[in-house]
Amino acid sequence: MSILAKHKFIETNATLLLVLSFLVVTIGGLVQITPLFYLENTIEKVEGMRPYSPLELTGRDIYIREGCYVCHSQMIRPMRDEVERYGHYSLAAESMYDHPHQWGSKRTGPDLARVGGRYSDDWHLVHLRDPQSVVPESIMPKYGFLEETLIQPEYIDELMATHQLVGVPYTDEMIEVAAADFRAQADPDSDYDEMLERYPGAQVRNFDGQPGISEADALIAYLQMLGTLVDFSTFTPDASR
Amino acid sequence: MTKVPPKQEGDPNTTGHVWDGIEEFDNPMPRWWLWCFYLTIVWGIAYSLAYPAWPLISSATSGLLGYSTRGEVAVDIAAVESQNEGINMQLASAELTEIAGNPELEGYATSAGAAVYRTWCVQCHGSGAAGAVGYPNLLDDDWLWGGDIEAIHYTISHGIRNEEDDDARYSEMPAFGEILEPEELTSVVNYVMQLSGGTPVDAAQVDAGGEVFLDNCSACHGEEGLGDREQGAPNLADAIWLYGGDYDALIETVTYSRYGVMPPWTQRLSEAEVRAVAVYVHQLGGGE
Repeated sequence: MSILAKHKFIETNATLLLVLSFLVVTIGGLVQITPLFYLENTIEKVEGMRPYSPLELTGRDIYIREGCYVCHSQMIRPMRDEVERYGHYSLAAESMYDHPHQWGSKRTGPDLARVGGRYSDDWHLVHLRDPQSVVPESIMPKYGFLEETLIQPEYIDELMATHQLVGVPYTDEMIEVAAADFRAQADPDSDYDEMLERYPGAQVRNFDGQPGISEADALIAYLQMLGTLVDFSTFTPDASR
Repeated sequence: MTKVPPKQEGDPNTTGHVWDGIEEFDNPMPRWWLWCFYLTIVWGIAYSLAYPAWPLISSATSGLLGYSTRGEVAVDIAAVESQNEGINMQLASAELTEIAGNPELEGYATSAGAAVYRTWCVQCHGSGAAGAVGYPNLLDDDWLWGGDIEAIHYTISHGIRNEEDDDARYSEMPAFGEILEPEELTSVVNYVMQLSGGTPVDAAQVDAGGEVFLDNCSACHGEEGLGDREQGAPNLADAIWLYGGDYDALIETVTYSRYGVMPPWTQRLSEAEVRAVAVYVHQLGGGE
């Protein structure tokens, strides 16, 4: 029986065709996907990465809720023009605690992967309130309500437990004291040393300069840490990727 | 039943399928199509050999061409850097005041400075450098800290009221809400409105406001309100306002004071880039 005749046998038996097609697609999928979990150059470890602090995580949720990703990407591609404008190209490890990642796919506004520290808190506040007051050509909507919406760390432990479930290394202790850490980061007069031990490099400030913790506090805390965790003065890129 | 046309000479074989007496010719694939198909297979094999492709134990094959996205961007950046290396060194070591006399250097600094400006400065000072409320206009000659090339270079290098640079420019107007009585505060605001050529809200308070001004404000802003660049005290006798010159804005400014910040750019840019953007800002219109 020639190979074509055998193939004819498969083609004329629908169930066999289905089973064998599934097998082929499965093998193809496994060959493409499995190596990503073990190849050293796809799981590059980078110093400095840590899970988001409770306040930053809350800000991140606001970022997602308001759909910021629709107009802002968080992915600096390895090209000279992007590196010159936004800073060092993004590393896979910098999204390792993002569930889901915020790479986005469209830049109506600029990329935000390294926006941390690039503007003052005041600028962010004014810009969220009325983007056109600082960038006249901007078409960004106004988000002034964020600073008027005061928030409590009501669901932060559940949120962190969920992230723990999908693999973010929050310890049970971190989740237990999450509400206290949440408040400590927005209050420069608080006892925030232990919070900083848990979340090295977290910035402690009253981000919106107003009493109480508002959604603007959380969002600005998140924006101000974006892309700042990895110290690129000591990072040597592995050229094999 | 329709009559099946007789098979003619030269007809290809049929597939053997018959539907209602209709048979299907088993024509071969067009030659050009087949060759394209074979070509894609050959291309696929060659491509996976030339570029990183096949996953192995701990890494993937790196490909015969040695391509890497990271390597490519590093090469791109290095190429541009080496191209500009000479003129950047010249720019970084030149006397600031002499850059303007060197057409080649000035031309380079102005265009390079424009690129730096558009990347790092537009967010606050605006894409046209006209500033915004709280962020100074760089097109006019109303400088807070001085508008010659050296003063601009210093401001860009060290920034204003930041914690990162000990040499940052620092002026700290007191929040007069805690010092003055409410009526003193409104009167001095009325005085300043008149001083700047505006119309005071309550002209009757202007004289009293003048007294308050002499006692509290003239040490930095000068007796005539012309300001003092040594201390970063703005000129109050013109109609240019950083935070607004209407009554409400002035009340807020005097009550709480304003502390705008600017980062120290030497920590983010090279000396040549700082100088380039200083030259760019200097030539915008207000440079002295």
